[in-house]
Amino acid sequence: MAQDSGTRTLISHAQLSRGRGKVIYWTLLAVVVVGFTLVFLGPLYWMVTGALKSGQEIAQTPPSLFPKDPQPQNYVDAWNNLDLAKLLFNTFYYAAGAVLFQLVFDTAAAYSLSKLRPMFGNVILALMLGTLMIPAMVLIVPQYVTVIDLPILHINLLDSPFAIWLPLVANAFNIFLLKRFFDSIPEELMAAALMDGATSLRTLWSIILPLSRPILGVVSIFAVTAVWKDFLWPKLVMPSPETRTVSVGIYAFSGGTPMNVVIAASVIAAIPTVIIFLIFQRNIMSGLTSGSLKG
Amino acid sequence: MAITTVPGATRKPGRPTPPYAGPQRTSLGRKVRDNLTGHAFLIGAVLCFVVFSWYPMIRGIVMSFQRTRRGETTWVGWDNYSRIIADPSFWPAWQNTLYFTLLALVLGYAVPFFVAILLNEFRHAKGYLRILVYLPVMLPPASALFLFKFYAYDPSEAGLFNAILKALHLPTSQWMQSPEMTMPAMVVASTWMNMGGAVLIYLAALQNIPGELYEAAELDGAGIWRRIVNVTIPQTRLILALLAMLQIVATMQLFIEPLILANGAGTEDSATSVAYLIYQHGFFQNDLNGAAALGVIMLVVLAGFSAAYLRLSAKQD
Repeated sequence: MAQDSGTRTLISHAQLSRGRGKVIYWTLLAVVVVGFTLVFLGPLYWMVTGALKSGQEIAQTPPSLFPKDPQPQNYVDAWNNLDLAKLLFNTFYYAAGAVLFQLVFDTAAAYSLSKLRPMFGNVILALMLGTLMIPAMVLIVPQYVTVIDLPILHINLLDSPFAIWLPLVANAFNIFLLKRFFDSIPEELMAAALMDGATSLRTLWSIILPLSRPILGVVSIFAVTAVWKDFLWPKLVMPSPETRTVSVGIYAFSGGTPMNVVIAASVIAAIPTVIIFLIFQRNIMSGLTSGSLKG
Repeated sequence: MAITTVPGATRKPGRPTPPYAGPQRTSLGRKVRDNLTGHAFLIGAVLCFVVFSWYPMIRGIVMSFQRTRRGETTWVGWDNYSRIIADPSFWPAWQNTLYFTLLALVLGYAVPFFVAILLNEFRHAKGYLRILVYLPVMLPPASALFLFKFYAYDPSEAGLFNAILKALHLPTSQWMQSPEMTMPAMVVASTWMNMGGAVLIYLAALQNIPGELYEAAELDGAGIWRRIVNVTIPQTRLILALLAMLQIVATMQLFIEPLILANGAGTEDSATSVAYLIYQHGFFQNDLNGAAALGVIMLVVLAGFSAAYLRLSAKQD
């Protein structure tokens, strides 16, 4: 996303930089900046400070803008009562495994589909992309039945991290993203490596992967956020309190826990993804837009 | 070492030729070996697709015609379908889901497009505004929804929305406790959480519109609105169409919003969604076969939508 301020958009640059246009432009910009800050950042402020309020202060009308008597104890309670350390560790563990599994299997598959192109490769790709059209909710019951009794092996994957890792490998969007990126790597590099006697694995490892760091980063970030944001699937396949993810854990406790403690826990649960986003926002945005078609 | 030709010189753009030599130079053994290597790289992902995607798809359809009781599975024809349709929540669930889909199309589809058009005009604070819009997308949905449930949609006057309405001397609302407000309130929360992705995709599409088109339109005397209708929308038509489809598929799966905001069904089934009903039957009423049948119904409805949509868009071309 180049910041090409020279490109002409809906309204010409000249019209915006003089006279009435300039006044309107700056007024509108100010309104939008203030409005968006209120709409998108405001609720987050409300959440972080709300969790610091006492039960009485929350029920007071009109609601107070700043907590009068901050109660950091709410955050401590959330951390201890919900065993957030354990929940966060679980979620991290599932996210790390998801990244690893997706990087290994989806990269290998995309490499094969893009560069090795075995027989029926296009059929397999079409079948994979077809799954993008099937809503997750339609598959949830048969998927669950499959996970509690894997075909042929007859293994029950409930409470096993593989129940989260393996279904995530079947991610057509990632394979599509990776394949598109690999397609753009010139065939000459592949041919040169082959002439030097490199095997397919060696070519992938020493030529393709080093060139693909940006897209591998994007896929990893998507894998982490997918695990962090998923709710129903981990709720179903991780039923014990010891194996829950953080979202499911908070939901499970929300019934019998004071509301400001639930909110404090929600704030803590949101911190990791928000930090990941702030650090990697450039990669995330480029990944989002590179996956889209050119209008 | 086998000698290979470099096919790069004759490569057609967009459709790369095979990396290795043409068939005239490869022996059969080599071809088999290359294919085996290719499939070896594919096998991990393909197995995961088979077990967790393709097979469940078929199994879901099979299950919807069976009934498993005490470990015994029998074929029951359309029984699961008639049972699920007879569920008193069946029609409210479809009504709610379609209503949500419609509201989400008005709000969650049009708003991001106009936000993207607006952001694309600004020459300042671009990065900041973009980060703001995308920030809620990064929150775990449960976190964001608890925020709405406890603070924004608090039905007393201590709630954020009611406090604002009161300050503006407007009537306050019971939000999730009033059956009429349940769906609009869920759409607002859902749009806030999810619109960032669509805005960024639209922004990327808008940046690909050639500036000359706007210039030409302006020279012809087209105002801002006419330029949007005659240049921006036709130029982004493909993305608009794609996102409309994706959005319908996503909103039809409405689940976590009713679960958290309305404790599932809401007052008088005002929040029950089809996805929630699948969850209820499958995991609370011990009726996995009925849930599978509802899943198949949902798939058929979505396929119907897609078919109608493809016909419509084919006619336009």
